[in-house]
Amino acid sequence: MKIIVAIKQVPARDSQLRIDSKGKWIQTSDLAFEINEPDAYALEAALQLKEKNGGEVVALCAGPASAGQTIREALAKGADRALHIEEDNLDTLDTLGIARLLAKAATAESPDLVLTGLQSEDLGYGQTGVVVAELLGMPHATIVMEVERKDSSVRVKRELENGWFQYVELPLPAVLTIQSGISKLRYATLMGIKKAKTKEVKRLTAAGLGVPLQATIAIDRVYPPEKSKQTQILDGSPKEAAAKLVEKLKFEVRAI
Amino acid sequence: MSGVLAITEQRDGVWHRMSWETIAAAQQLAADLKLPVSAAIVGTSDAGDLAHKKLDRIYAVDDPLLKSYTADGYTDALEQLIRRTNPRYVLFPHTYQVRDFAPKLATRFNQVLVSDVVGFRIVNGSVVMVRQLFQGKLNADVSFGGEAPFFASIQAGAFRADNAVPAESPVAVEPVPVHLDAAKIRSRSEAPFRESQRAVDLASAGIIVSVGRGIREKENIPIVEELAKVLGAELAASRPICDNGWLPMERQVGSSGQTVSPKVYIAVGISGAIQHLVGMKGAKTIVAINKDSNAPIFEVADYGIVGDLFEVIPALVEEVKKAKA
Repeated sequence: MKIIVAIKQVPARDSQLRIDSKGKWIQTSDLAFEINEPDAYALEAALQLKEKNGGEVVALCAGPASAGQTIREALAKGADRALHIEEDNLDTLDTLGIARLLAKAATAESPDLVLTGLQSEDLGYGQTGVVVAELLGMPHATIVMEVERKDSSVRVKRELENGWFQYVELPLPAVLTIQSGISKLRYATLMGIKKAKTKEVKRLTAAGLGVPLQATIAIDRVYPPEKSKQTQILDGSPKEAAAKLVEKLKFEVRAI
Repeated sequence: MSGVLAITEQRDGVWHRMSWETIAAAQQLAADLKLPVSAAIVGTSDAGDLAHKKLDRIYAVDDPLLKSYTADGYTDALEQLIRRTNPRYVLFPHTYQVRDFAPKLATRFNQVLVSDVVGFRIVNGSVVMVRQLFQGKLNADVSFGGEAPFFASIQAGAFRADNAVPAESPVAVEPVPVHLDAAKIRSRSEAPFRESQRAVDLASAGIIVSVGRGIREKENIPIVEELAKVLGAELAASRPICDNGWLPMERQVGSSGQTVSPKVYIAVGISGAIQHLVGMKGAKTIVAINKDSNAPIFEVADYGIVGDLFEVIPALVEEVKKAKA
């Protein structure tokens, strides 16, 4: 079975974010980047499906040249080859714009399954997978915990709210968005890193795919959130801060 | 009619509480724009309590194929409702179910769902949606483009359900017939189930000590366990801790775990991703202990300690013991 995994490169989790001079996005020049964590779980699910059922895992990523690092990591972990839609200014594109690029690149591969994370850690719209499915004319399931391959379908366990779950069966080809944390992520082995250097990364562009870089919605302004509460920061050494907190909990909150 | 349409969610006659928050948001948006406001029920013709909310219209989209949820069925049905009633704005509660079909529905209209919205503003007569970026570290103003209808989903707790304006007299329900084809519903869903009975009821705890990624490894859990013990508190956790099996799933707080509102909630090494915040921001007093002063948990905290939890927690245990002695 051929599985495409759509992955995104995002600023590293602990980055100190600074708003750019236009106030419409963040400064990206001095940031470290990593794979969007939910997509790392999608990649892991794809690799496990391949180990069980055979086939091929193709990583698909839209991003600037520097996203090549995230693609190499996916190849080092076991993806067989990659498609890199190399464009610099994707930060201003919206979900539909990105999904059109991903769907066009995926179509040419005729995959059995397209997997992606359930949301990105930067924009967090949580819908790229669903929109790709609609554009590809494929059925989809979101927030997937388990995937079981059947003859011409997959049976997946979906997470619902408040501790509820549900099994859903979908005919192939299909798109699945994978829940984070469902399995342990593998590390790339030394052998994997070595092999990744020889694996194929096919470079694509929006123009080459015939997809215009066109946004429907726009971010007008980025700014620090307004605080909903006044936080009292208790400072000093750990012992001093702890003593201040206990005093608050005892005399103001009356919880001790 | 080119007003605001709220899509509600219920299952077997039980309302999703976020439906009322979305009604409140839709009423407010419609009032700000001086537009009519309507609501839709899907898979039922019984509007129940919805008939007692101040709405210009209630549409019932009912069909045997909508009795249980499928993305294909809901998308086809709501596409027909929207094409027929022609709303300018369509609002949804940002539930797991909405996340499953609303992006697909918006795509049918060449639109993008502005998802997980925390508020809106009217700027020069246009609506600007406010949503969070980078797991709540930044906010963004997002404007719509292209042709209406415009789609947005409302974050849990962003609007208050009790702000939904009641109707003076019950609103009649208008059935909107839709044509659905069983062959076009590609997925087959089995009945929802729960994995196990919950032995731990965090909802009744007076004090909760909750631990997140900052604890780094399972071997460090006893450090916070000790704090919970001396405070007489229940121990809880954010999702990654339970995913890793460091604490049982039944101790998870957040959108996929329990919703709690204790007297005191002490968040230790929890950054405060929105999925966690929706489960605990109703706590009376929130304490955040985190090494990153920019962590979103400090946005909701009453008291904060910026520091290394491995130094702060043992010190706190000693101080609590002293105070109780």
